[in-house]
Amino acid sequence: MKTAIASTGNTLESKVDRRFGRCSYFVIYDDESGSMDFTPNPYKDDEEGAGPAAVQLVVSKQANQIVSGEFGIKIKPLLDSQRIRMIVIQEEDKKISEVIELLNHKKSK
Amino acid sequence: MSPRRKILRKVSAPPPIKGFKPFGGDKSGSDHSESIVLSFEEYEAMRLCDYEMLNHHSASVAMGVSRPTFTRIYASVRKKVARAFVEAKKISIEGGKIYYDSDWYNCSGCRCIFNNPDKDKAVEHCPLCGNNAVNQLYDDDQSTRKRQRKCRDTRFGSYSKCESKDQFQKPHI
Repeated sequence: MKTAIASTGNTLESKVDRRFGRCSYFVIYDDESGSMDFTPNPYKDDEEGAGPAAVQLVVSKQANQIVSGEFGIKIKPLLDSQRIRMIVIQEEDKKISEVIELLNHKKSK
Repeated sequence: MSPRRKILRKVSAPPPIKGFKPFGGDKSGSDHSESIVLSFEEYEAMRLCDYEMLNHHSASVAMGVSRPTFTRIYASVRKKVARAFVEAKKISIEGGKIYYDSDWYNCSGCRCIFNNPDKDKAVEHCPLCGNNAVNQLYDDDQSTRKRQRKCRDTRFGSYSKCESKDQFQKPHI
């Protein structure tokens, strides 16, 4: 299963972004192969419609779920119709490496 | 002047099939015959009303529209289905101004909140940390609540009298 994580930077030490549409990077993590892909977000500085455009990007990467701090109001109906799961991280300052560790934890069980 | 924008209708799940085809009879199965198009919201209206046996008021709340709007959607779907039956037309279900609804859960392990887009599968463990301690969050749909608050009505408020007081629900405008 592929997971998209909204990230503030392109390293494992970067933190999960509080905003989904305007995050700096998307991390596409595949928990079966363990592959990781940092994709810069081209819609970062868009004034409007960054969320729906970002959803299109995530859909094109075939992710099944998205981890972010928050999701905008335009996003939920789009993701529901695409059957993509939203995971909202409550803790602030969670690192990408920590999220990936959590995702791997599930696999080892 | 362009018409007023339609409010998004809440649909719990998409229909399992894309449509129906008549069989038997002369015209049956001919792919050239035009089909009658039901929208997703019309399908949902018929499902809520005739399958779940809800009344128009509760069904309108479930779809997040007003009771009169729901009745119009329902009248339209009955008309279309009857026409398809009588005229032996195909029915296809597509389009509509809708959004899908999904349930929300929280995990006590990693304190994250997540939703379940696939209604057929029950949620057993957290998709993030794999913890089994997940609880479903019960919350009214926010937009519905906001709309209801906005039109806190004066017409049905204090002076509404109904004989069966227990069953009476304030009309949803």
